[in-house]
Amino acid sequence: MYWLRELNVPLLCCCKLTRYHSLKVLKSIVCYRIFVQNMKMNIKEIQEDIVAEFDMFEDWMQRYEYMIDLGKSLPLIAEEYKTDDNIIKGCQSKVWVHADLEDDKLVFTADSDAIITKGIIAILIRAFSNQKPLDIIEADTQFIDEIGLKEHLSATRANGLVSMIKQIKLYAVAYQTQLS
Amino acid sequence: MFDVTKIRADFPILKREVNGKPLVYLDNAATSQTPQQVIDVIVDYYSNYNANIHRGVHALSQEATDKYEEARHKIQKHFNAKHAHEIIYTSGTTHSINIVANGFSSFIKKGDEVLVSAMEHHSNIVPWQMLCERTGAILKVIPMNQEGELLMDVYDTLLSDNTKLVFCNHISNALGTINPIKEIIDKAHRVGAAVLIDGAQAAPHLVADMQALDVDFYTVSAHKICGPTGVGTLYGKEEWLTKLPPYQGGGEMIAEVTFEKTTYAGLPHKFEAGTPNICGGIAFGAALDYMNAIGFEEIAGYEHELLEYATEELLKIDGLKIYGTAQQKTSVISFNIKNVHPYDIGTILDKLGIAVRTGHHCAQPIMDFYKIPGTVRASFSFYNTKEEVDVLVAGVKRAAAMLL
Repeated sequence: MYWLRELNVPLLCCCKLTRYHSLKVLKSIVCYRIFVQNMKMNIKEIQEDIVAEFDMFEDWMQRYEYMIDLGKSLPLIAEEYKTDDNIIKGCQSKVWVHADLEDDKLVFTADSDAIITKGIIAILIRAFSNQKPLDIIEADTQFIDEIGLKEHLSATRANGLVSMIKQIKLYAVAYQTQLS
Repeated sequence: MFDVTKIRADFPILKREVNGKPLVYLDNAATSQTPQQVIDVIVDYYSNYNANIHRGVHALSQEATDKYEEARHKIQKHFNAKHAHEIIYTSGTTHSINIVANGFSSFIKKGDEVLVSAMEHHSNIVPWQMLCERTGAILKVIPMNQEGELLMDVYDTLLSDNTKLVFCNHISNALGTINPIKEIIDKAHRVGAAVLIDGAQAAPHLVADMQALDVDFYTVSAHKICGPTGVGTLYGKEEWLTKLPPYQGGGEMIAEVTFEKTTYAGLPHKFEAGTPNICGGIAFGAALDYMNAIGFEEIAGYEHELLEYATEELLKIDGLKIYGTAQQKTSVISFNIKNVHPYDIGTILDKLGIAVRTGHHCAQPIMDFYKIPGTVRASFSFYNTKEEVDVLVAGVKRAAAMLL
């Protein structure tokens, strides 16, 4: 729980965070973290943070509640980029992802018409946004398994988690080529 | 006497758990579960008489051939086809439709018209679109109303001497509507058009009589009626099947082959190129035996009770809307809650061990008609219970509380 220590959150508060009703507290801390973290953390560290957060939940329902909340805080794609070209084609929910290069880092924005899918893309964006294209290309995505979302990696899952990761990596490859 | 507890004991899969909860399987319109009686037939085939059919002189081949042909006769009897050779084994409904759509390329010319209902599965749209692209024929759509019923008066105006083919499902997979196919067939015949009815969704709920319906083609998939996947049937009237050219070339479908010319085998082999799904065909017959032993009238009566109960209970949920409210419908309920994406509801229900289908159900034109991305679809079979309906309703309420 390295980042909670860094925020000087008292231990007592950490314990309370395991309780279902503390989701909102957790969410506000996470929002703050998302705001400051990517300036100095690498992808692996962010992924470890995400895994630690999901570890606090006792059952799937809390995890999904949390994901739904994260979905609501997703950095939304500008309407002008919400085009058919930017849709990650999946059978069931629509997902749009856009990337901008800021200095030497990629900043992702996204949206989806399904809220759980929004939560999933929010987690991905948190892990990969504000990172250098090369680091994104080389990053692994094992943490998806560790936070209990493995079922979304199945080929039948129409939310297109695999396609989302692929699209994020494709953006990275494209910008890496541009940079080099 | 219909005893659902006794019936459930026949289905080993219904005893399993999903995500730590007892499985509540409500995706029967996608595929039905398989009773032990059919599983036993599959095991028996591979354990005792697996062999290639129609060509071996040895005992196993003859046994397998006999059982396979016996199953064809069961299918013929079940659907009351005039001849056994009017029953063509296929890999399922999609394959069956493609045989007809492909074959009709020879009879259709530019400017001819083919009619399709507005509530078709993609598999009963795309093959015909391809036919129209190949031939220059025109595809016209029989529209439906908000309840999901075909507008038969518009159908009357669409029919003309140019109409060569009409295709429609017996029951809509997305809405559960039972279409008035006898009327559709009779009216099409009056203008000389042939009719294909997609019976994939009807076969598990009722018995269609080929001769009484006077239908030209009727298609079925075994896996919707307690049989295995990868096998189904195309019923075609003898005169049509004789006229239609073969769909695939290969072994089994020939009478004589030289490099100059091949003559085709007679019916049904003309359409059965290659080694078929022998075990599947035999198990298809066993599945019909199983269903008939329970009785389709009993099945339909019980499913109707489930449908009424589930409809009533689901409608008590605030903001829930059911799509497909036809007077005549089977045990399929397509719904949404306010503007919640069906995928989200389906995901939460899955975590609760409840299997439903979400999305456009391979019927995008219907979703476009209602201007929705898709629906949650709960489809009930004769082995489902009112208790399972209660679990569904509680699950939907829980999902709504999380998502709204």
